[in-house]
Amino acid sequence: MGQGIANVLLVALGGAIGGMGRFAMSNVVARWLGKAFPWGTLVVNATGALAAGWLLGSQGVPGTPDALWLFTVAGLLGGYTTVSSFSLQTLELWQGGQAGRAAFNISATLLLGISMAALGWLLAGGHA
Amino acid sequence: MNSLKTYLAVGLGSGLGSVLRYGVSLASQAVLGSHFPWGTLIVNVLGSGLIGWIAATALRAPRGQLAHWHPFLVAGFCGGFTTFSVFSLESLYFITLGQAWLGLLYVLVSLPLWLLAAMAGERLASRRGFTAE
Repeated sequence: MGQGIANVLLVALGGAIGGMGRFAMSNVVARWLGKAFPWGTLVVNATGALAAGWLLGSQGVPGTPDALWLFTVAGLLGGYTTVSSFSLQTLELWQGGQAGRAAFNISATLLLGISMAALGWLLAGGHA
Repeated sequence: MNSLKTYLAVGLGSGLGSVLRYGVSLASQAVLGSHFPWGTLIVNVLGSGLIGWIAATALRAPRGQLAHWHPFLVAGFCGGFTTFSVFSLESLYFITLGQAWLGLLYVLVSLPLWLLAAMAGERLASRRGFTAE
């Protein structure tokens, strides 16, 4: 029971910090590259996937998630990256008559997500 | 709303969303097993639906309660509840296990479901008469 509460607190703390980090990063990127395309979400998701791949490569998947995994992956990176904003922004591009940009956002997000995770995993030595 | 307050609202919402995501992941592993990442799929579909609903509702009532709670609900809760990094990890993990086809299936099933959920959320919000505040 005590362990369960500690796990929840680790995820909550990591998720709160990760979410604020995402908000800050999106704002910085939007100020830099403008708001015509959701670069912020793309940058957040690509960098988050890189870090998550690196953690997978260096730690492997713990049989029972340990404290470090819960804080960093379930909390920090889980909260830092987002699918909801990606979905809404892609839909809004599409509905705004920008099907090309919507398709670019989809391909860039998926390709960068998997390849950055793979890159991080390889950089860390590739333990699964 | 000042900047510090906005950040705190985002952090609070994201922490709450992350804990709920963790809960859904534990529950789905207990009920559906851990051969397929059902938990991540469920949170990402639900979160996409919710953000679509909130966006459409807030658009109808820009001065309503929902618009006021926007940073907490959208950048905070929806952002923390859904996750792209874990989705990428799971896809990669299938490949490292030599089950690339299952990874591809996971990606090809997830993407249209996320987008359809966001669309369904928008539709649901605009069908709700004119009383949304």
